Order: sequence, then C-alpha cells, then structure tokens
Amino acid sequence: MKILKRQYIILAMLLFAIFFPLVTQNEYLVHVMTLSFIWMIGVYGLNLLAGYTGYLSLAHAGFFAIGAYSLGLLTVKAQMNFWAAFVLALVITSVIGFLVGLLALRTKEHFFAIYTLCVGYIIYLVIDKWESLTEGVRGLIGIPAPGNIGPISFQTPLSQYYLVLSILLLSVLAMYRIIHSLTGRTYIAIRNSEDLAQAIGISTIKNKLTAFVLSTFFAGLSGALYASFIRFIGPDIGHTVITFDLLTYLLVGGIGTLSGPIVGTVLVVWISQQLQFLQDYRMLIFGPVLTLLVIFYPRGIVGAIASWTNKQAGRMKQRSLRDEKKEDSFPSSDIAPENQVKEG
Amino acid sequence: MEILIQQLFNGLTIGSVYSLVALGLTLVYGILHIPNFAHGALYMMGGYITLMMMVNYGLHYWLAILFSVLTVGLIGVLMERLVFHPLRNAPPIHDKIAAIGILLFLEAFAQYVWGAEYKTMPSPYGQVVQLFGLTFTMQRLLIIVSAIVVMLLLYLFLKKTFTGATIIAMSQDRDGASLVGINTSRVAILTFLISGGLAAIASSLAAPINLVFPGMGHLVILKAFVIIILGGMGSIPGAIVGGYILGFSESLGATYISNDYKDIIAFILLVIILSIKPTGLFAKGGH
Repeated sequence: MKILKRQYIILAMLLFAIFFPLVTQNEYLVHVMTLSFIWMIGVYGLNLLAGYTGYLSLAHAGFFAIGAYSLGLLTVKAQMNFWAAFVLALVITSVIGFLVGLLALRTKEHFFAIYTLCVGYIIYLVIDKWESLTEGVRGLIGIPAPGNIGPISFQTPLSQYYLVLSILLLSVLAMYRIIHSLTGRTYIAIRNSEDLAQAIGISTIKNKLTAFVLSTFFAGLSGALYASFIRFIGPDIGHTVITFDLLTYLLVGGIGTLSGPIVGTVLVVWISQQLQFLQDYRMLIFGPVLTLLVIFYPRGIVGAIASWTNKQAGRMKQRSLRDEKKEDSFPSSDIAPENQVKEG
Repeated sequence: MEILIQQLFNGLTIGSVYSLVALGLTLVYGILHIPNFAHGALYMMGGYITLMMMVNYGLHYWLAILFSVLTVGLIGVLMERLVFHPLRNAPPIHDKIAAIGILLFLEAFAQYVWGAEYKTMPSPYGQVVQLFGLTFTMQRLLIIVSAIVVMLLLYLFLKKTFTGATIIAMSQDRDGASLVGINTSRVAILTFLISGGLAAIASSLAAPINLVFPGMGHLVILKAFVIIILGGMGSIPGAIVGGYILGFSESLGATYISNDYKDIIAFILLVIILSIKPTGLFAKGGH
C-alpha cells in the first residue's frame, strides 16, 4: 500500500520534471532548474559520504572544481572531443579522489573534517595561483556545450535540460542501487559504529575508500556538467562557500535520505530565487536555518516527514493493539538506519 | 642577515596572533571536543566591533578592544547556550554543521551591517622605532608584547585560580569533573567567554597591520586548526608553540620560497602531519 503511494509520488515528480520546460516556456526558469539538477548530482555525492558513511567531507567543492576544470582544460586547451574529455574528467576526479581518500581516511571525525577542509583549500589555492594552467582569476572561457550523441545535438537550453535530467535520473538510480545493496548497508554500519562494523568483519578502510571515491566521482560529474552548461568557470567554484552551499541543500532536504538532495536543492534554490534581493545576504537566513535544522530536525524535511508518518502509523497500530502492553512506543532515533532500507 | 632578522620579527608578530586564536580554539576543543568552525567568525566580529567603536563612537583603541572582547565573549556564550549545549549528546557531525551554520550567519551579518569592502583600522601606534639599527613599527611590537601578556595572564588564571583549575579539570575528564562537584555548564560558558575574548583581542591587535573585511577569519581559522593539530588538540602549550612555529615558517617561506604560495605552507604542513600521524602530533590518548 505504502510502496504504491511512493511510486505515485516518484512518477508525479518525474512527469513534472519532464513537462516543466514545456509548461513554463520561460527560459530563465529552465536555466535555474537545470542548474539545480546539476547541484543535486553533487549533493548526492556528498550525501553518500556524509549521510550514509558518516564522514563529513569539506573538500567537496574542490572535487567539483577538479571535474569542471578537467573538462574545461581538456576541451579548451587540449582541444579534445567533448565526450572523451567528459569521461576523462570523471576519471581524473576519481583518481585524485582515490589518492586523497587514501590519506584522508586514515583520520577520523574532527580530524577528517579539518583535513578535508584543508585539502579543499589547497585545491582552491592551486587553481587560483597556477595561472599558466588554469588562467587564475580570469577563469576559463569558451568551454563547448555537450557534443552531439549520434543525431542528437545539445546546443539549445532545452536539450541541455533533458540531458542533465537524464544524467540526474541515472545518478539517482545508481544511488538507489548502492544504498539498497549490501555495500550501502555496509556504509550505514560504518556510520552507526565503525568499531562494531570492524568487529563483524567489515573491511572499514576499503569500504570508506569506495564511498569516498564514489562521492568524488559524483562531485566531478556535477562539476563537468556545470562547466559545459555555464561554459565559463573561475576559481570561485572550488571555494569552501560552494561546499557549504551543497551542505545546506543536503541538510534542508535530509542528510542520509535518498530523496533529501532533490527536495533540499529544489527548495533552497527556489527560495534563493525568490529572495534575490538578498543576494549575498541569503546566508543571514540559511545560516540559522542550518543550525536550527541540526538541533531540531537533524534529518531535514524528508526525515521529519518520515518520522511523522512513522508516528501516525505507530498510533494506528497502537490503537489496534490496545489490549497489549501500552509501552509499544516507536523509537524515532535519528541515527539508526530508518525503515527506508528494507530487509532482503 | 638583516632580512632574516626582519622576517623572524614578522614571524613573531604573525605567530603571536595565530597563538591567541589557536588558544581559544584549543580551550573549546579541550572542554567540549568540538572543532568550532565558527571561531573564525568570532575573530572577524572582534575586528569589526573594535573598528566600529573607534570610528563611529570615537573610543580610544584600548577601550574599543575591551568592549569588543566583552561583546565577542558574549556571542561565544550565546553560541554555547543556544547551539552547542542542546547538541551535546548529538553525533559529532551535527556540531560541525551547526558551527558552519553560525559561521555563515555571522559572515553574512557582518557584510550586511558593515559592507563587503576592505577597511583599515587606524591605530594610535603608527610610529616607527629604531632598535639595534633595525626598524620596527610600534604596532607590531605592541602585538608581540600584548600577546605575551595575555598568554601569561591566561596561564596564571588556569594554574593559580580555582575557577581556572575547574577548566583544566573538565578538559581532563568531564565525568570526573562532574563527580567532584564542578558545574560543567558553568565551566563551558566560561570557556566560550574566554575563547571569544581571545579571538577579539587577536583580531583587534592584528587589524591595524592587516585589513578588516567579512572574510578575514577564513584563513586564520584554518591555520588555527593546523596549529592545534600540530600542538595536540586541547593542549594549551601546544597551541602557543604551534602558533609561533607556523608564524616563523610562513614569514620565512614567503621570503625564501614563494610569496604567492605562502598561505599553502600551513595546509601542506597539516596534510603531511595528518598523513603520517592521523591523530596529530603530540596527541594525548584516544581523542
């Protein structure tokens, strides 16, 4: 019954996404929506690491920038074919992610956050200062739009919208498969207790490393799409401000939930659009929101809705089980793997 | 040779500022075991409040600093009461995110109230002093002397007074401190007050030789993290020594290696340290 309902919601969202540009006919709105799809992919990457594995990486914008700059440099300076450059950009980001992860994952908790914060800053400074390669603050101009796939060309904003949408859908599908597989369970086990995970025979370092590399892969994917969509990139995209933006999207939606990145990104991006007069001051609102969310709704909007429906379901069940013991309470623990992860 | 001495002097100046910031950070880490990412924002607020008091209200430099120390200390206390106290039993990832939220808010707030442009702080100590044939600016000497005085006072407070001893006790063992009747909430408030005050002193002292702008805390806080990892998280002497080590390596690196990349030195240092020893140099036990 409940599964059926969820399928309807997903179907409705999908139809909305497909028909959105046809309904609005407003190029600006389509542009904003495409951009939020691109962010979502990056947020999914962050979610896998911070939400499911419990490691808060603050270098995410750095990997986003590596993906974007790899694509930009390969197409603009090396004149490579777009899709070859695209694939290579993802490979480069993942390899760098692998190397960083190898060292970063030796640290834990606070040290990991500080380590990645510093790694992110190093990436930003290198992009900013290495002018002979990256053009420094002037940025890279003239990155080509996605190349044709067979007869389909991606020169118009509309076709780019659908390209990004389909890549997003593939990413969500991949995430779904990962989270609901044994690997995903392993990540959650590591998040809940690394010592315990190790005790039951999970190779934590190997799993953390794959989670880290996957996370950087999605960051790179998002960055490469961003570069080809905006077609101009500057060092600012690697700044920690972007990491904090991604973190805001993730937290508002719900960290460690599958639909959180979509909900959070759409919501925050659209609210930001509405509050455009605030521009640089939007953090006056989103900063406290971030803090309050962590205190009161640590699992964001999606988590809050899930625990509310759980409570409702619990009440229903309690009513039907009135004869039984009264302490049939439903713990709404905020770190325990929630019932989204089904058995079998 | 003259360049070397000049650079060592500069290192001493920057190192003093770094040490003060790192001290505040390490005190909070010792008590609550959270890396306070918002500490850089406190540093920034300290600079702005001193500047505002001097320029808009015509207060004397030292009075402005005193006001700034009290205000920023109060912001620190509010942070502890409203954010970190409710989160004390939450998973560690939550504290960090909450701190980032505060950081983003305070930066946007500063930009909203005081604008995004770079500002210079006038200092009554602009004179140039000749010592042993070398020239020093008064402000830089002032930074070094005041930092050392503040550190000495802090040391005396922690070692010789009862209240100070409760801070040390709580950083050694929170439950143990509770057991012997120390009010842990009060100690946490006090620690945040001191930590905010130290950040305000550091930025008010450094502002006349640097600039005041909303992002002024970014690099400083990152470097302060490097320092406390270098010196051991929660260790007070470690923060002071680490601050000076970083100050010297930066000023020497800027002269002898590359001025462009001088800000990277700290982070590369950190990445190397954590790669070799994942819990930091001089780490005590399991934290």
